[in-house]
Amino acid sequence: MDWINAIIQGILLGGLYALFAAGLSLIFGVMRLVNIAHGDLIVLAAFLGLTITTALGVSPLIALLLVVPVMAAIGYVLQRGILNQTLGEDILPPLLVTFGLSVIIQNGLLEIYSADPQKMSAGALETASIALPGDLNIGVLPLMMFVVAVAVIAGLQWIFYHSSLGRAFRAVSDKQDIAQLMGLNKAHVFGLAMALSLAVVGIAGVFLGIRTSFDPSIGPGRLIFGFEAVIIGGLGNIWGTLIGGIILGVSQNIGAQINPGWQLLAGHIAFLFVLAVRPRGLFPRID
Amino acid sequence: MPDALLSTRELEAHYGDFQALFGISIDVFPEEVIAIIGANGAGKTTLMRSITGLLRNEPEMVVWKGQSVGGFRADQVAHLGIAMVPEGRQLFQSLSVKENLIIGGQMGRKGPWSLEKVYELFPILKERRNVPATALSGGQQQMVAIGRALMSNPDILLFDEISLGLAPIIIKSIYEALPKIIGQGMSAIIVEQDIAKAVSVSSRVYCLQEGRISLKGRSDELTREAISAAYFGV
Amino acid sequence: MTTTSYSISRSSKASRIAAVAGIAVLALLIAAPWWAGRADMRLLSEMFLYLSLACLWNLLAGYAGLVSVGQQAFVGFGGYMLFALAIFAGISPLVAIPMAGVLGALIAVPVALLIFRLRGAYFAIGTWVIAEVFRLSFAQISALGGGSGTSLPVAIIRDMASSRAMREATTYWLALGMAVLVLAVIYALLRSRRGLALTAIRDSELASQSFGIDIWRNKFFVYVITAGLTAMTGALIFLQKLRISPDAAFSVNDWTAFVIFIVVIGGIGTLEGPIIGVIVFFLLRETLSDLGTTYLLILGVVAIAVMLKAPNGLWGTLKDRTGLELFPLSRRVMKNKQ
Repeated sequence: MDWINAIIQGILLGGLYALFAAGLSLIFGVMRLVNIAHGDLIVLAAFLGLTITTALGVSPLIALLLVVPVMAAIGYVLQRGILNQTLGEDILPPLLVTFGLSVIIQNGLLEIYSADPQKMSAGALETASIALPGDLNIGVLPLMMFVVAVAVIAGLQWIFYHSSLGRAFRAVSDKQDIAQLMGLNKAHVFGLAMALSLAVVGIAGVFLGIRTSFDPSIGPGRLIFGFEAVIIGGLGNIWGTLIGGIILGVSQNIGAQINPGWQLLAGHIAFLFVLAVRPRGLFPRID
Repeated sequence: MPDALLSTRELEAHYGDFQALFGISIDVFPEEVIAIIGANGAGKTTLMRSITGLLRNEPEMVVWKGQSVGGFRADQVAHLGIAMVPEGRQLFQSLSVKENLIIGGQMGRKGPWSLEKVYELFPILKERRNVPATALSGGQQQMVAIGRALMSNPDILLFDEISLGLAPIIIKSIYEALPKIIGQGMSAIIVEQDIAKAVSVSSRVYCLQEGRISLKGRSDELTREAISAAYFGV
Repeated sequence: MTTTSYSISRSSKASRIAAVAGIAVLALLIAAPWWAGRADMRLLSEMFLYLSLACLWNLLAGYAGLVSVGQQAFVGFGGYMLFALAIFAGISPLVAIPMAGVLGALIAVPVALLIFRLRGAYFAIGTWVIAEVFRLSFAQISALGGGSGTSLPVAIIRDMASSRAMREATTYWLALGMAVLVLAVIYALLRSRRGLALTAIRDSELASQSFGIDIWRNKFFVYVITAGLTAMTGALIFLQKLRISPDAAFSVNDWTAFVIFIVVIGGIGTLEGPIIGVIVFFLLRETLSDLGTTYLLILGVVAIAVMLKAPNGLWGTLKDRTGLELFPLSRRVMKNKQ
């Protein structure tokens, strides 16, 4: 029974990892940008949620209503102010600039909030659970987060393939010059892509902060989980991030079930295994 | 004579240290079709990229309805009503035929062209509207590229290398459709390597050679010899 | 009657002056145990080891186009190998250091086979995953102290040299020797045929491929060499610290962020850049480190500003303006009077 429970919990955890991954996948798809500060932005969103819940005395889920638009605005400004200048043939500038950004966010958070672990409380929801036959219990909160993650990914999929914004994303991704001839301002479209990516990061950050304790140093670890989910699922495949996230979450929980010290290691090994046998991921869409 | 719709004034273009265009001045008047001819590497495509803002210029080098627009970004130029059918079609491969057309019209400029009108002009595109654009044949792709440009209801349409890489029969049908396309009060610049074709559809011709205008004049007044001399520089 | 003929030369007046000055500085540095205080020597050693890491990262990213943010994998691996060889096999640290280098190069082979499947920025994060795997794996080895780490036994340290002063001088010379070795290897590599191939790949992968350059093999070779030398440097770093733990050994901040900062500030893709970068980095650190996290914030801001405004770094910007080159790598055509 422990094993089945571990797998179920792993699947639910995978939803959170898919949220880490979706924003990363989106901006890579649109502008081939890999944001090294992605994990630190997730942590920033968690701290933002914490500040709002304590300042206004509201539930973290209500705080989302503020965190998501604020993160989106940060994304737009960041893209237009800094990151657009780094895009080009050379992969080094965006990589190094977002790496610098990661250092800045980590130490900025350290300065403001100190290194103490923090946590957000979702009240009674946290202990509520649904009993399943065979002594299995599913927490209401993890289940809710998983459902939200699936909904967010379905939403991103819809935006990307069925909205005018998504059409602009795909057009700019295909041929930047020609897209501009259609009257699309590349800088603005990239800004919107980053805004959308960080809106998802906002949800991911608040969920992270409800689920576990967090401190300013955990960003890079979240980046790596998100990255692994993207690669496992296959580059450019939005639904793939959900599958990648679930595989990662289940691997980690199975590893932890064998030996608590192996939790993270098992996730990384699952990733390296996929890389070895299917270098382009399970369901790739981009070359 | 009326004022020019679009002019370039002593336009220059550089790729790094390499100068591609030297003091190009052309005019296009309302409802006029001009042709730009020249051999490979003469600077025709560079001129198109300069006009559309894909290459940045000094502001006064490109004039649109009396306004200096040489410093505009490509998307700002598009909003003015300048559209291009680029060399090699350049369709968006992740978009369906219909999406390629819709994105051409996403600026919302008013005018005679709409999805239905484009489908009327090229019925095959309606049939294949949900297919990825790059799954079409070369000729059909050129139709999409033309339709995509028309969807923005431009005041002027630039055709870069309109017949390059297409079968003769396709070229013929595209030239046959041209009056229907342009005959809606639109101006056009046609870039062409085929001199006879260029002369037949245009009222005036500019010939480029090594980044300079080597000849210009009314299409019906230029002799073949004069054009050949300007074209090949003999 | 005079005729002019041409010859190809790599050296210039500046490079010859630099060579003489370099030898003088090196002699001065070798003699440091007789003129420098204990704290100064520690600082200098640390600078040499950072210089070595920076040159190696620069070779990877600036010449071979392999942007890694996971070189801490090899720093920590080298450190742990030193401790393991010394503790379990009783091997003298002086012998264990090159052995750690060889083992580092060996482990880099399967690592490269795996992560070379990732391109560009994803390669970078892939290297980071490898470093995490190393960190988590070493944390599982209880014989090496598990998650809390271990110290080098006193007996092993005593065996290294008779007195404390001699031991400190030895570790100092080892650090200096490491930096000189790394510079020499990179210089020789870049002047060789392979160096030419690397420069061609850096300038245009597509064009170099059409000249028949095997890009994958060249990159693989550089990755493995760099890993070996990085592991050796890592062994020296932890020989100086005398204590190792997974978090210290595989720290992304200490062994990658700072190193990238040094190379970016100094000038990526030049041999001189890391040298300038190390000096600037340590000047900043010695004056600003009291500020704690603010200091790191400043580093991040400076790195971003340099990347955006002067992407060639301090040395690259100077070189662009003056054509100065201290390590004669590029060939120039000279006119000879006869």
